[in-house]
Amino acid sequence: MPEPTTLSYLIVAALLFVIGTVGVMVRRNPLIMFMCIELMLNAVNLSFVALARELTDIDGQSIVFFVLVVAAAEVVVGLGIIVAIMRNRTSLTADDMAELKG
Amino acid sequence: MELVVFVLASAMMLVGALGVITRSNPVHAALSLILTLFGVAVHFVALEAYFLAAVQIIVYAGAIVVLFLFVIMLLGVDKAEDLATEPLVAQRWLAGIAGLGLLGLLVVAVSRGVEVLRPRGNGLDTAAQGADGDANIQQLAQSVFGDYVVAFELTSVLLVVAVVGTVMLARRRMAGEA
Repeated sequence: MPEPTTLSYLIVAALLFVIGTVGVMVRRNPLIMFMCIELMLNAVNLSFVALARELTDIDGQSIVFFVLVVAAAEVVVGLGIIVAIMRNRTSLTADDMAELKG
Repeated sequence: MELVVFVLASAMMLVGALGVITRSNPVHAALSLILTLFGVAVHFVALEAYFLAAVQIIVYAGAIVVLFLFVIMLLGVDKAEDLATEPLVAQRWLAGIAGLGLLGLLVVAVSRGVEVLRPRGNGLDTAAQGADGDANIQQLAQSVFGDYVVAFELTSVLLVVAVVGTVMLARRRMAGEA
């Protein structure tokens, strides 16, 4: 049975990235848009790890470690902003945030 | 065998991802995200990145998705959203076309680029080479705490800034305070 090549991992990662991109473009709920950003970050992480094996270089895995940390910080700040904005509102769509004040 | 794992994990990942963008209930979307993250973790194991697979589960599925669920519950937005009406005319069609175009570009780019890849690093330590089961963790630690120690220290600053900023954002304003 053939083994999956690096190319197949990269193509699966590309599919995941595109699904995340389409999600950001289509959905209006900011929470879901954040989840789609996580999908894109995961796609990039997957291609980093696949390339780390292809290039036999541990640096690819180190970068994924840092991406994880930055993603965690980004989610914390983003959700904090969403909570601060949504405290005075009832609906939750990205279109409601057009006025730049809390 | 490895191919079976690859197909199953990819299916998990893509089904979960489609669930995130098609479920109308945010809680279901968050649970679909967990499916995707587990699929990525399985890929990490197959690619011999054992430490990252564990971190993926602990940090993403254990912390980030739980944070999402907390916020969904806290805001009380766990109601199904109306997805039948399209907010902008032809938004979904255009997004689909743009997505297909991006996919085409990415596939062409990686399939051309992958041909010129040559091993350039010092090799990945795996458990099979002796040492013990921790070879991947040891090598990753030498890289993170050796070559990239400055970046590692900077991420700790980043985390502190993020925590302080979030506390400031989420705090209720006291009366009479600017």
